[in-house]
This record gives sequence, C-alpha cells and structure tokens, in this order.
Amino acid sequence: MNDLAHLPFFGAATAPVWAPYALIVLAGVLPTAVWRWAGVALAGRMSPDSEVLTWVRAVATALIAAVIAKLVLYPSGALADMPITLRLGAAGIGFLAFVTTGKNVLVGVLIAEAVLIAGQVLVYG
Amino acid sequence: MPSDVDSTADEQSNGYWFRRGLAGIISAPAFILMASFVGFGGLAREAGWSAGEAAFITGFIWALPSQVVFIGSVAAGASFGAIIIAVALSAVRLLPMTVALMPILRDPKRPGWVYYPASHFIAITAWVVSMMRLPDVPRGGRLAFFLGFGMSLTVCNVAVTLLSHQLAGTVSPVIAAALVFLTPMYFLVALWSAARMRADYLALITGLVLGPVFHHVDPEFDILWAGILGGTLAFGLHKIMERWS
Repeated sequence: MNDLAHLPFFGAATAPVWAPYALIVLAGVLPTAVWRWAGVALAGRMSPDSEVLTWVRAVATALIAAVIAKLVLYPSGALADMPITLRLGAAGIGFLAFVTTGKNVLVGVLIAEAVLIAGQVLVYG
Repeated sequence: MPSDVDSTADEQSNGYWFRRGLAGIISAPAFILMASFVGFGGLAREAGWSAGEAAFITGFIWALPSQVVFIGSVAAGASFGAIIIAVALSAVRLLPMTVALMPILRDPKRPGWVYYPASHFIAITAWVVSMMRLPDVPRGGRLAFFLGFGMSLTVCNVAVTLLSHQLAGTVSPVIAAALVFLTPMYFLVALWSAARMRADYLALITGLVLGPVFHHVDPEFDILWAGILGGTLAFGLHKIMERWS
C-alpha cells in the first residue's frame, strides 16, 4: 500500500497489524452504517420521496458517477495499460447493449467486458 | 397470499422463511452482484490491501459503492476526514432506501431494536429483492426472510472477495484488467436501472462529467465536489423541468 503515515494508527514507523482494520471500521464501516440506523429511526416519520431525500439521492448518485468516470479514465494497475479509447469504447458499447436490451444489467456488463478483452487481444495486443 | 394474515402460524415459521430467504441466493440479482464482487477483489489487490482486509471490508461495510470509494480515497492519499466524508456521501442513499423498506419489514410483535442490527444487510441488491418479494411473505416471516437472504448474500460475497483477490494475482494482465473493469461497468448500468426519477438520471450525467473535471482541479476532494455540486445541479434542473412540464 502507498504511504499512509498521515492517517491515524499509521503514524509509527511500523504500523500495528490492527491499524488497517481500525481504519476500515472508523472511516468505512461507521460512515456507511449511520445512514442505515438513521433510516430505521426516521422510518414512518418521513416519506422516501420527500424533496430532501430526492436531493440526498442525487448527491450520492453524482458522487458514485464521478467514481465510475475516474475508474475508467484514470485507473491504476493492469487497466491503466489499456488505451483510453478502448476503455471508453468498451464502456460505451456495453451501455448501448444495456439500453437496447431493455436495461439488461448482465448483458451490458458482459458486452463491455467482451469488447475490452477482444479489443486488447486483437487490436492492441 | 394476503400480506397481513393471522400470525399465530407464522411465529413458528421463522426457520421456514429464513431458509426461503437463503434460497434467494440462486437468482439473477444475486448472480450479478457476485460477478461485481469479483471485480472488487481485484481492485482491492491492485490498491495493496490483503485478502483478509478485503474480505473484512466486504463483510462489514457491505455496500459496494462505499467500499470502492473507501479504497479509492485511501489510494488517492486523502486525509482521514476526507475519506470519512466521501464514504458517508456515497452511502447516503441507504437512508431513503431504509426509510422505504421499514414499513414493509416491520412486525409490531417484534421489539424495535432488532431492526438496527438487521439493517446491516440493507444494500442495493437485498433492497431491490426485498421490496419485490416481501409483500408476498406473511408479516411474521418477513424479518426472517430478509435476514436469510441478506446473510447468504454477505457470506457468499465475502467468499467471492477472497477468491477473486487470490485469482487476480495469477491471471494474465488482460484478465486482471477485465476484472477491475467490472466495477465501473456494473455501477454504470446498475445505477441507470435503479434510477426512478429524472433527478437520478441527471445526477448520473452530471457526476460522470464533473468527476474528471474536478480530478484536474482538486484531486483530493474531486468526488466530493462532483457529488455535492453535481447532485445539487441535477436536483435544481429537475425542479426547473418539473415546473415547466
């Protein structure tokens, strides 16, 4: 893993073995779980279609969409070695297949993967 | 089947409905989710997490977008506070999902606190399947069905995370890249098919555009800016178009 010395539990020269797990719980598990607990507490007191929850859902959707764009445009590791035109082309063709098959999630993902692998092997390989 | 039948018979049938929930693992939504967790094992490995840490992340965060945002933020060198805010924003959709599911799940005969630990299993796939199938389950058996389905999904995907983490180190670079590519592709089509309102579609588009823009402006907080500004922009456009139509 890259340098984590700026994070809590990782300050020491050799971080303790539990440090990654403490980081996962505090910065991953709890910020996720609080929304489920809040949902249980608020159920019956607010409508899931209220204005504020529509906005909340839009913020979460835009954030995850930004993650999608970053994973395709600026990946790391093996995916980064593939040309950007191939990554964008595979995602675009997969999305078209998804839309034209009546929003079939499985078809969209499989077509995108097939284009990515075939393109790399046949064209750029 | 009527949804609120007399529950004297249902109370003994917790085991039956739990097993019915377990059997839900053999279904198209569960299969698609497991395929997407194959990508997560590879992604976690590329970012330097061990197999045990990756499995811990899947089992205890149990929301794939949050897991990917968590790993991405740590890899980007974000501060402790920025990681927490990014994960919290990516998970905020669990709040309206839980609010919508609770009236269907709740059984007045059970103590209210049991829904707090049970809510751990709320994530997109379990939610979609529960919203579809719970109305046909007698009220007394709904929590058991939900827990059966949620636990089988979680256990299987922890195993998938472990296996794919191991696998990612042995396959060719093309296959390793294809595994990592599963995650953004699955999110793209799953978010599009889960969208219910115009605001959801608009948010998907603004996020896709603003993510790369803010990546160049402020790499540490890029997804936060794209989420808050893109989501607010999408909500605003949605309100304007609503007024005009």
